[in-house]
Amino acid sequence: MSTDVGPPPAPVRAEPLRAPRRVPVPLLLLLPSAVFMALLFGWPLLSGIMEAFRGPDGFTTANWERMAGEPRFWEAVRNTLLLTAVVIPIQFTFAVAMALLLQAKPRGAGFYFYVWAVPLAISDLAAGLVWLAIFTDLGYLNSALVDIGIVERGAQWLNYQNPTSLFLTVVVAEVWRATSLVLIIVVAGMQVIPKDYDEAAQVFGATFWKRLWHVTLPLLRPSLQVALILRTILAFEAFAVAQALTGRNFPLLVGETYEWSVNLQNPAVASAVALVVLGMSMVVAVIYLRALRQPDSVRSGR
Amino acid sequence: MSTVAPAPLLLSDVELPPVDRAPLRRLRRRRAMLQAACILVTLFMGFPVYLIALAAFSSRQTLNAFPKSLLPTEVSTETISAFLSSTGVLPAFLNSIMIGLATLVLALLIGAPAGYAIARFVFRGRDTYQLAMLLTRALPIVVLAVPLAQLFLTAGLYDTILAVTLVHAALALPTTILITASVFVSVPRDLEEAAQLFGCTRAQAFRRIVVPMALPGIAASAIFTFVLSWNEVLAAAVLTLNNRTLPAQVLTSLSDSPLAFRFAGGFALVLPALLFILLMRRYLLNMWGSTLR
Amino acid sequence: MSPDRIPAGITRRQALRLGLALGVAGPLTAACGGGFSTSGGGGGSDQLTFMSTQFTPVEEKERFRDILSSAYPSPVNYVTGDGGQLNSQVRSQVGAGKVEIHLIGGLHGDLAPLAAEGQLEDLSGLLSELSSKGYADDFLELAKAGTDKAWYIPWAQATYVVAVNKSALEHLPSGADVQDLTYDQFLAWAQAAKQATGAPQFGLPGGPKGLLHRFLQGYLYPSFTGGQVSAFSGDEAVEMWTYLKELWANCTPASTNFDFMQEPLAAGQVTVAWDHVARLVEAPKDKPDDWVMAPAPKGPKGRGFMAVLLGLAIPKGAPSQDKAKELIKALSESKTQLEVLRQNAFFPTVDADVPTDLPPAVKLEADAVSKQAGSADALVALPPVGLGQRDGEMSKIFKDSFTAIVLQNQDIKATLDAQAKIMQSLLDAAKASCWAPDEGKAGEVCKVG
Repeated sequence: MSTDVGPPPAPVRAEPLRAPRRVPVPLLLLLPSAVFMALLFGWPLLSGIMEAFRGPDGFTTANWERMAGEPRFWEAVRNTLLLTAVVIPIQFTFAVAMALLLQAKPRGAGFYFYVWAVPLAISDLAAGLVWLAIFTDLGYLNSALVDIGIVERGAQWLNYQNPTSLFLTVVVAEVWRATSLVLIIVVAGMQVIPKDYDEAAQVFGATFWKRLWHVTLPLLRPSLQVALILRTILAFEAFAVAQALTGRNFPLLVGETYEWSVNLQNPAVASAVALVVLGMSMVVAVIYLRALRQPDSVRSGR
Repeated sequence: MSTVAPAPLLLSDVELPPVDRAPLRRLRRRRAMLQAACILVTLFMGFPVYLIALAAFSSRQTLNAFPKSLLPTEVSTETISAFLSSTGVLPAFLNSIMIGLATLVLALLIGAPAGYAIARFVFRGRDTYQLAMLLTRALPIVVLAVPLAQLFLTAGLYDTILAVTLVHAALALPTTILITASVFVSVPRDLEEAAQLFGCTRAQAFRRIVVPMALPGIAASAIFTFVLSWNEVLAAAVLTLNNRTLPAQVLTSLSDSPLAFRFAGGFALVLPALLFILLMRRYLLNMWGSTLR
Repeated sequence: MSPDRIPAGITRRQALRLGLALGVAGPLTAACGGGFSTSGGGGGSDQLTFMSTQFTPVEEKERFRDILSSAYPSPVNYVTGDGGQLNSQVRSQVGAGKVEIHLIGGLHGDLAPLAAEGQLEDLSGLLSELSSKGYADDFLELAKAGTDKAWYIPWAQATYVVAVNKSALEHLPSGADVQDLTYDQFLAWAQAAKQATGAPQFGLPGGPKGLLHRFLQGYLYPSFTGGQVSAFSGDEAVEMWTYLKELWANCTPASTNFDFMQEPLAAGQVTVAWDHVARLVEAPKDKPDDWVMAPAPKGPKGRGFMAVLLGLAIPKGAPSQDKAKELIKALSESKTQLEVLRQNAFFPTVDADVPTDLPPAVKLEADAVSKQAGSADALVALPPVGLGQRDGEMSKIFKDSFTAIVLQNQDIKATLDAQAKIMQSLLDAAKASCWAPDEGKAGEVCKVG
């Protein structure tokens, strides 16, 4: 192609930041988002954080003591962690399984994918509404059981005297509600994985599970990392569905934030609880970022 | 091995070994199980949505019956029409659509470049930046509501679509950045470099090479952004008074309404988001497993 | 990627992008214009905006909008939200000095904290203008929110009654009159119903938005101990809690999920329930002849009942305050208030004879309400007065006591003692004096017994 134009241009490649003289390209790219967030959320965030330390005479930690002195708060912490720890592995296994099912290209894959993505469109409140209608004493589940004839009157799934059943209904509803998020991220990630690796492994006789474990999942790592971080942060903030199903019997952290802010008219303690949620999310995010770190020399597709 | 006659060979003369149908049977069985698994999952994921639609189109009496029928035996549009004709539903609907689309565009415009930067460059503060972005998503918005409202009041933007758009875009930014970053990472760097060798600037290479290949990720974050904006209720309810979004207009009144109205409202809220996902899905499933070039 | 193959894909994509850009450019330019008005007033900037936490369900809201337009000549933007939204809106607007809401309407529990924080305009002048309306003294007391100025005008009132499906009447103990029960008879009835049908038939609103704590504050406590606060942890209180535990054992456990009793009643899940009149009114709507509404039972110390008060207030620094006051006056007309009663089952606060042409469901309630208030041993209980922002914490004490004693079976006396300490510190911090039915000296902090 080139005739006589001198030495070929030096290959342009991404490199770790070195020369301080040019405006670093990544900075340019990040600037709009950073400025936007700082302008919009900067002061409200500061104000919200300071609120947690506000007392009638200025800076105080009384709100934190108030928060910690409430037995419901500790129940909420325990419940939030428990719910997250149970729901997330289920969701990820489920989502990856669903993505693999789709990848096997069954007939109607497009339709299936659409239905599996639909819960994403449903707001928390509507999700809580429908699962309550399913599990309530005169609800759809009991109706179906009575129709089939298994039981005469239907079980009381949401009876507060049965905490295991209560917890399981919340788990089922949460898995239904939030798996679509993980599914979509995983599917998007799978789209860009070159087929060749998998096919090569197949040619060399690897079984399905070996291929899954050694080829597909490692290539999915960026997507899984993102999905994990996002899903965990959102899981810490989940409460509408649980509240619809359990009433006041299963306190959750963000539910307590609302309670303090709205019913008890105490924005300071509400801020304190919110900061606890924030702290937990940050710790988890840091752990995920470290544990699932991408190697610095990003895959070049060779 | 059968003996072969030396005469011209006709296929019908040759004794063929019996066809081993076992692999075919295995394949068929596997396909059948695949379909069965897909159907089971579809039932689990789709059934509650069907129930919302069913309940939204039932009369009040049907909802009070027990056992409840799982089939649409008595279709009644009474609650849905009462709901849709109540004051402010159509304007709120329009407000929500405008805000949803505007948020989408804004979040992508600001977020995709940042995602690219995270994916392609290694620089000090990359982790800090990501954590800072997540910070805004991790703090329950209840705490930010009043300061945000005051911010917009002083700026004179209170009760406008612009205010809600800005806040929604800020809420959607972390998701957009992270998801696009994760997909940009998977786009082979060599293609970009090849394009630049052929004379593209970095921006052109981004636009023509990376974006089309990363379309699934962009589509995914577009879906999330629109759905987030569409369903977001707290910020919208606090930042608006007379120009409300659909959730702000409807959801607060729903919780005190009779059951039938709650389903009608829930259903009306779901439909546009469903349509949006339907539209975007083709971009998500754009390329089934790309191959290396 | 040869150049020849690109055009097809990009053209389609380009076309889509163009369409998206056009589709978005329009809204974006409109976005700077503010959006479509959703409040039904037409969106004019000289219209009053009236935000309230009441009449939120769709049908009630539409009916109230009709009442508004017939009561007040100019169009009014009627916006609803829950207590938290009202609070955030008023606080942020008053704090920023740019108030956009002209009039707010809410429960005493919504308005009192705002009043205590100085977010409302002083309406003592308006109240004296309206003094001929005949507001009850208790209501005027509440409107002062513990200070000496009036912060809101009483708008409507409600109370709590018992709804009974006639099918439950067959289990009523002999000799008991459903309109004049004692709590013991009520319990016996619940036990008989449970035994006869095999499942509990009674229900209480113990859900997160349920008003069960009002049952404790305004009904059980006064009926058993004669007060809300001054006998909180005494022997009579222990007796009351023991009674409640037995009653609860005969109520359906799903009660912990019930916010509004009208749905379980309509569905037949429960046949007898106690709740707020506005949360019961839907149940008899279809077949009023199948229902009976009764006053709450009476206890050893009388028939305790609580009144719910709604008020109208003006945020501090709101524009067009004269117009807002006109609207308040219009809403205080007896014919408007009676219309609210007819349509939305909230009772007037002004002196007005209850008309005879009420819808059947409302009529049932009106009869029960007047029997309750007019009975010889009626004992009025007010919601806490003078707690300001801490109003919610008082409710929390009752809710937590219920959870601990009834749901978790903890020791009654120990729980009450612990909660009494919290209550005392709450009252001390708010410097609140006693309110009905407790009697205490004005100016002295109420003592928890």
